[in-house]
Amino acid sequence: MKGVRGLGRVIGLGLVAVLLLFPLYWMIAISLQSPDRVFETPGRVDYVPWPPDVHSYARVLGTTSFLLALRNSCIVAGGTLTLALALGSMAAYALARLGVRGRRVMLALLLAMSMFPQIAILGGLFAWLRTLGLFDTHAGLILSYQTVVLPFTVWVMHTFFKLLPPDLEDAAALDGAGPLRTFWSVVLPLAAPGLVSTGLLGFIAAWNEFLFALTFTTGETTRTVPVAIALFRGASPHEIPWTEILAASVVVSVPLLGLVLFFQRRLVEGLTAGAIKG
Amino acid sequence: MSPGSHRPTGLEARRARAGAGMVAPALLLVLVSAIVPLLRTVWLSFTDARLANPGAHSFIGFDNYRLLLSDPEFGSAVVTTLRFTGASVLLEILFGLGLALLLHQRYRGRGWMRAAALVPWAIPTVVSAQLWKFMLNDVYGVANDFLVRLHLIEEPLAWLATPGLALASVIVVDVWKTTPFIALLILGALQAIPEELYEAARIDGAGAVRRFRHVTLPHVAPILLVAVLFRTLDALRIFDTIYVLTLGAFGTESMATYNRRLLVDFMDLGYGAACSLLIFVIVGVVSAAYLLLFARREVVT
Repeated sequence: MKGVRGLGRVIGLGLVAVLLLFPLYWMIAISLQSPDRVFETPGRVDYVPWPPDVHSYARVLGTTSFLLALRNSCIVAGGTLTLALALGSMAAYALARLGVRGRRVMLALLLAMSMFPQIAILGGLFAWLRTLGLFDTHAGLILSYQTVVLPFTVWVMHTFFKLLPPDLEDAAALDGAGPLRTFWSVVLPLAAPGLVSTGLLGFIAAWNEFLFALTFTTGETTRTVPVAIALFRGASPHEIPWTEILAASVVVSVPLLGLVLFFQRRLVEGLTAGAIKG
Repeated sequence: MSPGSHRPTGLEARRARAGAGMVAPALLLVLVSAIVPLLRTVWLSFTDARLANPGAHSFIGFDNYRLLLSDPEFGSAVVTTLRFTGASVLLEILFGLGLALLLHQRYRGRGWMRAAALVPWAIPTVVSAQLWKFMLNDVYGVANDFLVRLHLIEEPLAWLATPGLALASVIVVDVWKTTPFIALLILGALQAIPEELYEAARIDGAGAVRRFRHVTLPHVAPILLVAVLFRTLDALRIFDTIYVLTLGAFGTESMATYNRRLLVDFMDLGYGAACSLLIFVIVGVVSAAYLLLFARREVVT
């Protein structure tokens, strides 16, 4: 009885693992083949392609448009995160600790913001970015991404600060430090774990964002990675360069996978906190 | 700590003033990034503005809204989005619960399984959509090859170019990407259930099914409700996956893809803005309904 159940579980687990991981395997497997082999015989699929061929990676990493997209994504995600973490965590601390008037209203406003669909402001944001002269710029994307990342940052950090013991702050206050100084030099270092998980989730959101990036950029100098991958075109207009698309996909996914697996525990905690409190 | 219960001392008033100063920059950012564009969308929705020149427009009252309510394409986008939302959220919750129970059990390699569950979630949505687009390719796709070999289908199908199948494919891709996330949320709740409760239930002679119904389910119910709300809001705004897989063709046009088409492809800023706000209202009504439902439940329990 126990043996049968054990076997059933192994089979079940194996099946689930295959469902979860096969697409990743396939992305890597196809990216490591020459297009000629993949498209040699229509309808014939090779499950364990061998030997690997890095030709597609060389092509992708040799094209300036993809490298530019990587650069743009780093600038935009980095900028979004810096702004949201600096202003968001400061606001979160004040809302959690300093008895700011109207804090319930502010938190409710931020919660509503994180729930409303991005598409609701697409048209208005388009016109507004043009007015500001920020259409098709990195700064324009960073500004528009605040609608996604900032409310989330304030909420999660707010929860985090509430749980922090107040002893050290009280000591700093007795030493004559004002709230702003206490925040920067005492509280923020203590909040580093919270900042890491919030920052990671914010970075992933900014790195993956597609709708705004697609709509508010027009060329290679500002286009981010998801847009570049969605609009990937090869040398010939008739064929879709699948092996190159998937090689590019591997290049942008692997760092993210590494980050996520490395910070696994933190991330799951952050997600849960965000979901329960949010 | 509760303000208002007594007269604030000078120190507390000073702290509150400093606090207001610390909140101000973030509020300003919210104003500039979200509230101004939202108000601008509201204004534009009452005009005939074109994308090429948003400044030159005239006020046309509710014309856009009137037109939109009788726009069959918008109507079908709403229906498609609701069908997608219903199916994907239901499947994700069911599979998510199953996967969470599987991840919660004790066995060797459990850590590896949990790491594996993070993989679909960690892959960017656009990337996973492109990857699945290739896997579902009618000629070179691994999905057709696999299903034909298993004799589940007789010949290769054009998954992304057949009405019905195309929407089903979008659902499959979304379920693959999101189920693990739901599972991890639920897993958190499962781990918080004290083992003694199961022991006690066992001593009372409760079988696995009854233990699940009376111990597990009540403990994960709150997080399930939160997950349903979040997933629903997310599903109602689906854009990336559909844009990459089908561009909204073959019966997969969602509210968001149709809205972007109006704004960008047809350059109809006024009409598109009205569409945005209607979507906003639809999403708002759904969230309000859920929140009311939650509140009711909390009163009952």
